[in-house]
Amino acid sequence: MRLATAANEAYTASLAVSELLGCKQCGGSRGQDEELGIRIPRPLGHGPSRFIPEKEILQVGSEDAQMHTLFTDSFAALGRLDNITLVMVFHPQYLESFLKTQHYLLQMDGPLPLHYRHYIGIMAAARHQCSYLVNLHVNDFLHVGGDPKWLNGLENAPQKLQNLGELNKVLAHRPWLITKEHIEGLLKAEEHSWSLAELVHAVVLLTHYHSLASFTFGCGISPEIHCDGGHTFRPPSVSNYCICDITNGNHSVDEMQVNSAGNVSVSDSFFEVEALMEKMKQLQECREEEEASQEEMASRFEIEKRESMFVFSSDDDEVTPARDVSRHFEDTSYGYKDFSRHGMHVPTFRVQDYCWEDHGYSLVNRLYPDVGQLIDEKFHIAYNLTYNTMAMHKDVDTSMLRRAIWNYIHCMFGIRYDDYDYGEINQLLDRSFKVYIKTVVCTPEKVTKRMYDSFWRQFKHSEKVHVNLLLIEARMQAELLYALRAITRYMT
Amino acid sequence: MEKMSRVTTALGGSVLTGRTMHCHLDAPANAISVCRDAAQVVVAGRSIFKIYAIEEEQFVEKLNLRVGRKPSLNLSCADVVWHQMDENLLATAATNGVVVTWNLGRPSRNKQDQLFTEHKRTVNKVCFHPTEAHVLLSGSQDGFMKCFDLRRKDSVSTFSGQSESVRDVQFSIRDYFTFASTFENGNVQLWDIRRPDRCERMFTAHNGPVFCCDWHPEDRGWLATGGRDKMVKVWDMATHRAKEVHCVQTIASVARVKWRPECRHHLATCSMMVDHNVYVWDVRRPFVPAAMFEEHRDVTTGIAWRHPHDPSFLLSGSKDSTLYQHLFRDASQPVERANPEGLCYGLFGDLAFAAKESLVATESGRKPYAGDRRHPIFFKRKLDPAEPFAGLASSALNVFEIEPGSGSMSWFVDTAERYALAGRPLAELCDHNAKVARELGRNQVAQTWTMLRIIYCSPGLVPTTNLNHSMGKGSSCGLPLMNSFNLKDMAPGLGSETRLDRSKGDTRSDTVLLDSSATLITNEDNEETEGSDVPTDYLLGDVEGEDDELYLLDPEHAHSEEPEYVLPQEAFPLRHEIVDTPPGPEHLQDKADSPHVSGSEADAASLVPVDSSFSLISVSHALCDSRLPPDFFSALVCDMLRFYAEQGDVQMAVSVLIVLGERVRKDIDEQTQEHWYTSYIDLLQRFCLWNVSNQVVKLSTSRAISCLNQASTTLHVNCSHCKRPMSSRGWVCDRCRRCASMCAVCHHVVKGLFVWCQGCSHGGHLQHIMKWLEGSSHCPAGCGHLCEYS
Repeated sequence: MRLATAANEAYTASLAVSELLGCKQCGGSRGQDEELGIRIPRPLGHGPSRFIPEKEILQVGSEDAQMHTLFTDSFAALGRLDNITLVMVFHPQYLESFLKTQHYLLQMDGPLPLHYRHYIGIMAAARHQCSYLVNLHVNDFLHVGGDPKWLNGLENAPQKLQNLGELNKVLAHRPWLITKEHIEGLLKAEEHSWSLAELVHAVVLLTHYHSLASFTFGCGISPEIHCDGGHTFRPPSVSNYCICDITNGNHSVDEMQVNSAGNVSVSDSFFEVEALMEKMKQLQECREEEEASQEEMASRFEIEKRESMFVFSSDDDEVTPARDVSRHFEDTSYGYKDFSRHGMHVPTFRVQDYCWEDHGYSLVNRLYPDVGQLIDEKFHIAYNLTYNTMAMHKDVDTSMLRRAIWNYIHCMFGIRYDDYDYGEINQLLDRSFKVYIKTVVCTPEKVTKRMYDSFWRQFKHSEKVHVNLLLIEARMQAELLYALRAITRYMT
Repeated sequence: MEKMSRVTTALGGSVLTGRTMHCHLDAPANAISVCRDAAQVVVAGRSIFKIYAIEEEQFVEKLNLRVGRKPSLNLSCADVVWHQMDENLLATAATNGVVVTWNLGRPSRNKQDQLFTEHKRTVNKVCFHPTEAHVLLSGSQDGFMKCFDLRRKDSVSTFSGQSESVRDVQFSIRDYFTFASTFENGNVQLWDIRRPDRCERMFTAHNGPVFCCDWHPEDRGWLATGGRDKMVKVWDMATHRAKEVHCVQTIASVARVKWRPECRHHLATCSMMVDHNVYVWDVRRPFVPAAMFEEHRDVTTGIAWRHPHDPSFLLSGSKDSTLYQHLFRDASQPVERANPEGLCYGLFGDLAFAAKESLVATESGRKPYAGDRRHPIFFKRKLDPAEPFAGLASSALNVFEIEPGSGSMSWFVDTAERYALAGRPLAELCDHNAKVARELGRNQVAQTWTMLRIIYCSPGLVPTTNLNHSMGKGSSCGLPLMNSFNLKDMAPGLGSETRLDRSKGDTRSDTVLLDSSATLITNEDNEETEGSDVPTDYLLGDVEGEDDELYLLDPEHAHSEEPEYVLPQEAFPLRHEIVDTPPGPEHLQDKADSPHVSGSEADAASLVPVDSSFSLISVSHALCDSRLPPDFFSALVCDMLRFYAEQGDVQMAVSVLIVLGERVRKDIDEQTQEHWYTSYIDLLQRFCLWNVSNQVVKLSTSRAISCLNQASTTLHVNCSHCKRPMSSRGWVCDRCRRCASMCAVCHHVVKGLFVWCQGCSHGGHLQHIMKWLEGSSHCPAGCGHLCEYS
């Protein structure tokens, strides 16, 4: 078995390399390989993302020095250059921090053994039926010596990991329901109990992979070539074209169709941006003049919270999870329920009483040293990242927009900022955008290309990826806040 | 708590009396502040805003400022401050960014005076000017500080922190125009109130947010800051550059810091997370708090000294909804509980202890340790009269040495190095170890090993056809061990350099490189055990290691047997086959020049004295007849192991445990085993026997032990050109953009084993260099040096 995976690895590594080398080499080497009777897999997707046209994404080989070091880092750490990295490199500053954190969580010193870490990653990603991440980590899990039996389902894993299932479920879909009893249950389970340090490590991993699943769906990341659904063994059609040429050809056709369809609305969407800019300017100015009454402010949060309930995609086509993914989690019916809809009343979480900077950070850093620092940095970069551009406009202060997005996500999780006027959200985020945000954050498996295309039509793809970064970090922080607060309550 | 005391202080006319007491608030407090007359305290929180009178026996609620049916967010206070000039004036900072002032002199129920809604985010701190009646300063999350004149409707001036959130603002007590502000990015700024355009001075005080600061009440230039990095620092601002004069390391992030009145070097701190106590530190003694108040059950959020000239009353509010008055006299003093004596055993039995000087002086006068002391070395710290804790800090250190020879531990080192723990059949291991013990004059131990051999290797377990054979050969010849000759032959067979590299990278436990020839074996072993991941598989792994060696003698054989090699199977029958298969003459030849795996002398391979092996045969035959199963003895063996461990010979216990493996392990509980392992490993490491200790870790079956090898497996290297550490990758330097270690043969980067000539310092991949030197004796780099490879 050991040898088999080794061979497999070498195989995938060489694939990754040939992927990097591009078309000429592949054309050249193909002939020889065919003579040897080796089946060569061919990529199915069009580049790293299904949503973003391949040519919009940075081509490997044309990156600048900073990105190049990032790529080498990523390759050195993971042994691959995955599609997530290729999409995130739109924002190298963030990517660097992201990779550093992920590397630390998975490979550096920590309380959990390596195969546990990947298994927890699988559990978390499986909660959102994210086969992309599950596949990646199944490989990694076996690579670090995990027991293949565990992969048959959570019930085959050790009791200790099974106990984590409940926390995983609640954290992924309704984090506000986490209580200190959950924590106590994990920490006091006889011989299967978790230590506090292990638990914090696990919680960070869970939240990391929940939000990464959001990113994967939100940006339509294509499967890796060596994973299921990422390749085909069907030989390319009769002609002498390399597969790359064909897809590229197809691609441009797609593009043209999209464009011709989109042309109609170009003027519309142009106004969209203008209107948004206008609103931001207004909000900036009228701030000083008009002051909403206290009751007004309080009710605005409630309104926003309630409205977020109704924001949902109309096409509720049920995606049935692929067999192999669904076996990693139980209770498939447990999903996101709106914060305010379900019967019992859960008190609003006040950031001023428990926030990441003051409380969460200290707790994480105490129990899992250095990780608090890394995550803190990542939050900061994600929150403050800006190029002062909006679509075709330059020198725009987007802080207001970014804050609205961030707070809207926290609002969906019932987290309230005392010092924020939730009316702003309504002004700045239009309906299709809210639909997208809500879907990505709460039920990422339901994101469609149509949703991705229909919000902020004039904006660049890099800006949409930027939005995704905000979404996943805000989500991660929200989940972390609830989990860490429960741990704090358990400790006091 | 029970030993309540009452303190009465006369302070220029007014008299303060009180005791340690508390009262229950209705809601968690965020901040407290004391009135100028020291008779009232205000408590503010998200849903509480009350004034309490501090009476002699209790707190009495005097006023609830939270009025109105639907309390607005303006009343959700993050901070509160009472004016030190005007006892009717209060200010609060609200979480929604509003600054409110309150006038207690108003006749109506609602005492709210003014509302400033200029901040966009939560206001973290408000501060009145110490002498000016109408000046109020606020610092907010939005990165601005605003100065208000209470006679006007809006702010007088705004100070910008460059969009970095402000955590604290404090007017200097001595300098009329100066205030300090602290920031979330770790900076502290000094401002002149007249110059809002830029700050006077800025420096980085902490790593991470600075939550609080406090000016020293008497010393003009001193500012104390506390941060998320768990430090309290005292800065001297009077000099040209801010200079850190003191630093106190606490155990949790520091939320508040307040200088203690009338005590120049004392300050009180409380924490924001995890730690609920209030500490009073003497900054000159940064490791032990001078006093500690442990009453609160949740984090303390606000502290205040009751009177600016009285050092004995401290008030504190907490998230656990209580308000306390602490009396300094009732505080617990960790110093009293601290143990000023220390005692430690040295590696060779030496004993050292440190104790209070007074104690030592009397004791040594009576010479109680005369028995075994040869040279009591006596250190005495010279007392510094300026030192503040002269009485406590003077201590003496005594060292007692053991006479050379009597307590020598050389037997331990020898035994550890020479014992064979794995890699050969049980009978041989026992014989070998018995011999080692006998040579060191430890006859009882030697006898034990021999007994173990008899118990567990009785011929009844061996297939009868092999009986004579195994007895005859098994004890007199060891297994063939790989030597460098074999290695050379096998290198291509094992796969190219990438494979070697990979296995190096994967196996985290192969830090033991016994010697160059054994390297490959270790790698193989590790891969096996890691792949199967069953903790009880170590023994199987060893056996397969032997398989491997056999196969290495015969490459074709190895390939045909590959499936077997991959799958772990029942090892015990196989074990004896191994012993029997290579009895040929070339095998004996091999033995002659084989270096030993454990790195000890070659003769240790297993030349057991002939007579002992004869006696063994006879005894085991007798046992064989009576058909006693080895299980019969296991209780006895366990007792024996416990006996050795009790005697302090944990080495024996662990060695037997490893050698017998599966056979006894189940009879001894995990914890005991773990305890033995850790003690033995600790001893080995103190004798710098790193290789042995790693071997023990590797062979241990206890999970807690074997994971010792998996922590901190990173090796940091420096670039060979620029001598700087190579941070990101181990083989290419970011700074000089050069690869660190190139192979002189293939000119590629070496990422695994790098071998180099000590004469010319050229080198490269192990295999490449070996191959090269087979054909040529000159350095592959072309430097003309005649390299030697041995």
